[in-house]
Amino acid sequence: MMSMLAVEVPYWGQSLLRVLGGIVAVLLPAGTIVYVFLFKMMSFMQSRLGPMEAGPYGSLQLVAEVGKWLQKEDIVPERADARIFKMAPIVVLLSTFLLIAVVPFGPDAWFTDFEVGIFYALAVSSLSVLGILMAGWSSANKYSLLGGLRAAGQLIAYELPMVLAVIGVIIQAGTMNLQQIVIAQNSGSMFGFSGLGNPYVITQFVGFVVFMIAIQAELTQAPFDMPIAESELVSGYMTEYSGFRFLIFFIGEFATAGVFSLIASVLFLGGWGVPFAWFGWTDVDSVANWMNIVGPIIMITKMMLVAFIIMWVRFSYPRFREDQLQRFAWKVLIPVSLANIALTSIFKVVM
Amino acid sequence: MSLTDRVLGDRQRLAYIASQAADARLNVELETEGMTLNIGPQHPATHGTLRIIARLDGEQVVWAEPSCGYMHRGYEKLAEVRTYPQVTSLVNRIDWLGSFANEVPFILAAEKLMEVEAPPRAQHIRTILFELSRIANVSLFLGDLGVQMGAITPVFFAFRDREYVLNLIEGATGGRFHPNFDRIGGLKDDLPKGWIAETKAVMKKLRNFCDQIEDLLFGNEIFQSRTRGIGVIPRDIALQYGLSGANLRASGVDWDLRRDHPLPMAWNKADWKVWTHPDGDSFARCWVRLQETRESTRIVDQLLDTIPSGPIMAKVPKIIKVPEGEAWVSTENPLGEMGYYVVSRGELGPFRVKIRSASFNNISVAPWALRGVYVPDIITILASLYFILGDIDR
Repeated sequence: MMSMLAVEVPYWGQSLLRVLGGIVAVLLPAGTIVYVFLFKMMSFMQSRLGPMEAGPYGSLQLVAEVGKWLQKEDIVPERADARIFKMAPIVVLLSTFLLIAVVPFGPDAWFTDFEVGIFYALAVSSLSVLGILMAGWSSANKYSLLGGLRAAGQLIAYELPMVLAVIGVIIQAGTMNLQQIVIAQNSGSMFGFSGLGNPYVITQFVGFVVFMIAIQAELTQAPFDMPIAESELVSGYMTEYSGFRFLIFFIGEFATAGVFSLIASVLFLGGWGVPFAWFGWTDVDSVANWMNIVGPIIMITKMMLVAFIIMWVRFSYPRFREDQLQRFAWKVLIPVSLANIALTSIFKVVM
Repeated sequence: MSLTDRVLGDRQRLAYIASQAADARLNVELETEGMTLNIGPQHPATHGTLRIIARLDGEQVVWAEPSCGYMHRGYEKLAEVRTYPQVTSLVNRIDWLGSFANEVPFILAAEKLMEVEAPPRAQHIRTILFELSRIANVSLFLGDLGVQMGAITPVFFAFRDREYVLNLIEGATGGRFHPNFDRIGGLKDDLPKGWIAETKAVMKKLRNFCDQIEDLLFGNEIFQSRTRGIGVIPRDIALQYGLSGANLRASGVDWDLRRDHPLPMAWNKADWKVWTHPDGDSFARCWVRLQETRESTRIVDQLLDTIPSGPIMAKVPKIIKVPEGEAWVSTENPLGEMGYYVVSRGELGPFRVKIRSASFNNISVAPWALRGVYVPDIITILASLYFILGDIDR
């Protein structure tokens, strides 16, 4: 990240910049997704206008909402396990911040260049289960408990197809480093034609679909929103939370949606890059410096595209039942992704 | 005939066996203890104050029982201290989504005792408004169905299109939810100018809405997997529990008071069909209601074309005293059979009124239907049985 700056920055300065960059990279997608999709797109799909009063075209609605939540009392139920109850939302948000650390935004714009980046990302993404279980258990509420247990079952079940879907990409790219995966896609070619690079969404289409379904479930968005299921479990594991801590859960939900969209666009849509053949670049060192500015913009665009699909499905589908959801994961998604891995390996060896 | 011999859906049968096993497990106090979950009286899914006491084994219901009475308003007792014209404003509030339909059977019962009959024009307009309140009621059900299963979009379509119908009701009667428009011997007013053309346009919109809901919800695989084979109520069980309306027709019983029961109303002047479904599951109940909404728009369309001219009020005295006697009149309301048993002692008000509302009987089958299902199915089964809290508790 630092070599893109022309000036020498001391180590503490670098760390500060990284932290600030991380916060921006988590909160900006969350805010954008909430405003553009949750407030506006959902309203238009449902033939209404959505927020229109706060700011021009309702653009300050988010600020108003955050202000509202911050003013509310931070209630801890009497029977709750207070320490764990208070810690749970932070654990959930923590996993999002850990995730963003490996996402590359440009040839030099990354937080850490991690050799086993995708492995790390998949590992820390399941940390949020801990937070949800903590919230569900410590609330001393039957609905919370049911929601927490459902979340644990669901998140563990859908972790597996997600990992298996990613393995296809890893086999094709031959690396676990997210930066290398981006470069492999953009410098690649399809049947000798390099004008589009080789975005894995084409060759790994099955993997992409499985991955999208799995992150839909990981994010507990409809049709996989059993843990929250407001018509059955009131608000699932979040039932007892109010004010600031509810806000953290809320941010966590959409920030994670943003980060997973970023990872999906890195793995399948070519990440920050444009096909290298357009500008005659050959490898990452020859990529022009301005890509450090354009790269993040491309990433945000692709993230919005992926998040759009997630939200589109969320707004139009009813939810599964818990047992149907498990059956779908184990009987459909996992066999399909295993077949995808087998086919990918065969092609990799043969071609 | 034992329960398992009856024709049940596979899943329902498995769930029933599992619930027996769960029950046995609880009884011998081995392993884990069950959990009692109180759903309601304040809960986002019960759209009102219904409390469901569910004993769970994991996510499976061992037994469940609805507990009603949280919204009891004592209309039967209140009706005894009101005059006949005043009672309509009370009974409006029983099934608040289809208010006009509540007034009709009471007025018909009073008319039966007085031996007057509304003129043909009034009968026609009554029937049209009755069907409009059915459309307003059931279209909201169709949208609400999605919300109960987590699909948030259909309900907004439902609210949007119900608004057109409410505007029509408001245009004709002056009240959106509580028209209080029916009078003994006829109606309060005639239809306003231009109302007929507007109603025809709205009926077209409502048919579009039905198509939209069918595409968005009924055609959805997840919706089907959540409702097909879930909450099966076989024909004889439905009859034993006294279900009525779409719930009964969904169990394969061809029974519709509008067709079978001669009343001074205009249903026999239109050509329409009573839909039934052989399955008796949640999907069947929802599907029958969808078809009924379509039929209702057809009835309204046809009746609009054939409204006879003439007065809208029969000759009745200014101060209404109903002669001594007893009368029972029931009609096919949006939720099912609704009837009033009116006992008169020849005074200004009724001596006793017994209200038979559909939801109370419909909900009584819940303990049977909820046995052995999963927690999410409690919500879908109750949603497909379709009750209005005001209609349960009166």
